[in-house]
Amino acid sequence: MGAPRIARTTDWYLLAITLVICSLGVLQIYSATHATKWEDAWWKQVVFVAGGLILMWVVTQIDYHALLGQVVPMYALSIALLLVTMVVGNKVFGSTRWIRVAGFTLQVSEFVKIVIILLVARFLSDLKAGQKLEWRDLAKLCALVGVPMLLVMKEPDLGTSLTYIPILVCGILMAGLRWKYLLIVAAALLICLPIGYHFLKPYQKDRLASFVDPERDPKGTGFQVIQSRIAVGNGGMWGRGVTQGSQTHLGFLPVPQTDFIFSSFAEEHGFVGVVVALVLYFLLIMQIVQNAQTAGDREGVYICMGIGALVLFHVLVNVGMVVGRMPVAGIPLPLMSSGGSNVLSMFLMLGLVNSVRLRRLVS
Amino acid sequence: MALVESQREREEVSSEQLLQDSTKAATAKIAVFQYIVVAVFIFLLSGFWTLQVQNPDYYSEAAERNRIKSTPILAPRGKILDRDGRVIVDNKASYSLLLNRDQLKWEHLPAIADALHLDYNDLAGKVRRMGSRPQIVIKDELTPDDMSWVQSHRDTATYPEMDIINSWRRLYPQDGYAAHVIGYVGEISDAELDLPQFIEYHPGDVIGKDGIEREYDSTLRGVDGERRVLVDSMGRERQVDKPKDAVAGKDLQLTLDLDLQSVAELAMEGKRGAVVALDPRNGQVLAMVSRPTFDPNKFTGRISTKDWKEIVDDPYKPLMNRATQAEFAPGSTFKPFVALAGLESGVIDDQTEFHCPGGASFYGHYFACWRKGGHGNISLHRAITQSCDVYFYNVGNRLGIDRLAHYTQLAGFGGKTGIDLPNERESTMPSTRWKLRTFRQKWYAGETISVAIGQGAVTVSPLELAAALGGLSIGGRWYRPHLLRDAKPVLTRDGHLNPQDVAEVVDGMYGVVNEGGTGHAAALPNIEVCGKTGTAQLVSTEKMKSMHLKNNAWFEAFAPKGAPEIAVVALFESGEEGANAAWIVRDVMKAYFDKKARLAKERTQLTREFHTLTLPWAMPMPAALALGSGLN
Repeated sequence: MGAPRIARTTDWYLLAITLVICSLGVLQIYSATHATKWEDAWWKQVVFVAGGLILMWVVTQIDYHALLGQVVPMYALSIALLLVTMVVGNKVFGSTRWIRVAGFTLQVSEFVKIVIILLVARFLSDLKAGQKLEWRDLAKLCALVGVPMLLVMKEPDLGTSLTYIPILVCGILMAGLRWKYLLIVAAALLICLPIGYHFLKPYQKDRLASFVDPERDPKGTGFQVIQSRIAVGNGGMWGRGVTQGSQTHLGFLPVPQTDFIFSSFAEEHGFVGVVVALVLYFLLIMQIVQNAQTAGDREGVYICMGIGALVLFHVLVNVGMVVGRMPVAGIPLPLMSSGGSNVLSMFLMLGLVNSVRLRRLVS
Repeated sequence: MALVESQREREEVSSEQLLQDSTKAATAKIAVFQYIVVAVFIFLLSGFWTLQVQNPDYYSEAAERNRIKSTPILAPRGKILDRDGRVIVDNKASYSLLLNRDQLKWEHLPAIADALHLDYNDLAGKVRRMGSRPQIVIKDELTPDDMSWVQSHRDTATYPEMDIINSWRRLYPQDGYAAHVIGYVGEISDAELDLPQFIEYHPGDVIGKDGIEREYDSTLRGVDGERRVLVDSMGRERQVDKPKDAVAGKDLQLTLDLDLQSVAELAMEGKRGAVVALDPRNGQVLAMVSRPTFDPNKFTGRISTKDWKEIVDDPYKPLMNRATQAEFAPGSTFKPFVALAGLESGVIDDQTEFHCPGGASFYGHYFACWRKGGHGNISLHRAITQSCDVYFYNVGNRLGIDRLAHYTQLAGFGGKTGIDLPNERESTMPSTRWKLRTFRQKWYAGETISVAIGQGAVTVSPLELAAALGGLSIGGRWYRPHLLRDAKPVLTRDGHLNPQDVAEVVDGMYGVVNEGGTGHAAALPNIEVCGKTGTAQLVSTEKMKSMHLKNNAWFEAFAPKGAPEIAVVALFESGEEGANAAWIVRDVMKAYFDKKARLAKERTQLTREFHTLTLPWAMPMPAALALGSGLN
């Protein structure tokens, strides 16, 4: 009774929201790359979304407990692939993030997210129920997440490596942490931040400085922040219309089909379009959270919440950057930004959510 | 692999308990997460609200500034022509360099200033001053060297802010010819920008600063056009909009006659003073010269600080238009007006005689006549031709200051003429009211005596005197002097004078020139010139002595006696006596009547030629064909 059960239990609501967001994304990629050398990007995106749907269906079929059981080899593979990326990866914009697999360039760090989600879920559900985290567990978990994070950071890809943090933090908080520990960790972070600043690359420091004061160097690093804000403001209430955004089409927005897709969306669809898109993202996250609430066991809760936290972090940082309320981190907007790895990894995660939903009544 | 083993062991044990636990413990935490989600989305939406709903205009303008690059198309100013259509002021096409503020980098300025031989401080000050302008013109009249330097350095890598535009340089006559009438143009000053009439002007605009350029600035200046180009973020031109063409300024035809102007300019060469010639029948100014003069070509666009200082610090004030701004005592040139006042008011008639023993006492003061030996018994006609002071002392005494003021004010003394030039100064005609108002003092009858010979408080400019004389010459009708050819004559005052009185004064002035009077130097053959000399004493001060100032020489004249067509006044500063100014007036008058005769002769010749000309169609056919082929 596989197929009918799927029909009965698939989260059609979640799927509908996902597909509407993807459509907006494809439309915006089409508009932003119109008459440029990336003109076929929208078509590629359609292909990725279709591929993502298939992957999602496959993952839905797999019992997430089985996946949790394979976390260790998956983790080992992730580390290995990240190391391979460092050696043979394609260098783009000074950063080595991609490896070629069967004609596609894959961004390994995007898929590592899923492994991290499973790892955190597995680790925390292994603990005794109701038991608070001890220092030993905390250190072990942080170390496990920290190794791939450092590898990704070395690519260098600070943005993606940072996306692992919300998964970890959400998991720890869900598992329950003593207040004392929480305070100590917070204090330690506050001390470490200024030290960590020195380990940033110069361009990363520039980005932070431009976030604080974009007018400091309006022709240089502040350019993206200023131009993105101008694009958003230029959209006004109703937007400039598809392919009519001057900031998007005259090259004032850097990469308007990927990281800054929401700037060009906001320029062409205005505040009204922005409200619609953000409401869709809000519903998407709430629906993932709803699946966490109905999950059959702790593993399911951790998986859904990890995914929810990750999507929220992506939206916050990407859209916040677009309006100048977040520093430029260079992470994509899930489901909208052009880029295969991100789309596929998002659909894989949604497959996981579905898998949890499908098995909520079984136990 | 401890992780895996421990999990397997515990799974069976606590499955049931775990389920309950997870839901109970997780519900509250999930709720907290949901609140965080709500907060994040409100935070993000508020960002879009501020940008898109609260300030959309600010950002859409910023987007437009990003994509539209506009360069001005400068409108040429209108030409200035003389009454016959000859060009006095023209434009020359040239190139100017401007900087686009969008791309401007401060650190480029020293190099640009250096390459174009500009003063860095001037340039930086200018860029700072024009804070609001998208473009700043920093150099006019680029030399070929400048041009090639700019062309080779305006690429994106070096100084992309530079742009060359076509511009117009104002071309004025050489050596300050008619400079005071024409005026000059210059960049609008900060002080002018604050004035209400310049509300629509921007820093960096070129406006008329003086003279006709100033007075008719709105006519002469055109409307600048604009070339708008859609550019991308790399500054590449994507699309060129249809340019908004410049509208050229309108040409202006003046009443000046270059033939007369040239003669007057020559006559005043090396002197200080002014000459004004006008047509008394309508107020058209035919010539106006002021000396010393300046070269307005130095002022076009951006005058150097050194040149400017030199001109401003000159003690003889070359920028001052003496024709309209030099207020001096008219001396004896005032006497015809006093005589007219006497006749009109009835205190004298042409037979009234006074005795001149070489001076006379009034109110306890002795007033001398210029001729120590005296004129004996003297009546009106001889009093004017000989310029007898004592005669006019008596007339003035009989009139009293207020009646004198009444009649002379009719001629325009004590006011402005209202000519279409900026900064005309008002002449002074004293009266009891005037003294009360100016000095809060009573008028003493003794003061009237010197006013009656054009000394004392009475002052006049050459233009005001010419206008007064012109009105008198045509029987007491005063037209407003003007310089615009198309302007309709404006009759400002009609004295309704007794023609007999006017004729007697005019007879006297005829005598000045033609009956061995003081102005015989102004006589012209076959032309009945009427005139009057004037030698005006200056109140000596230390400063004047140091500048070696002597008495001013005046001469006023009009011609012909019966039907005046031209009135000329010359002021020769420190010319010592009026006779020295007479020949200046004579030269201008001669030029006028010579030209008139020449034109009349040409006209009759032309008519005769026209009548004797064999027209082609009157010829036999072959001849007409031959002529036609010959033309080929």
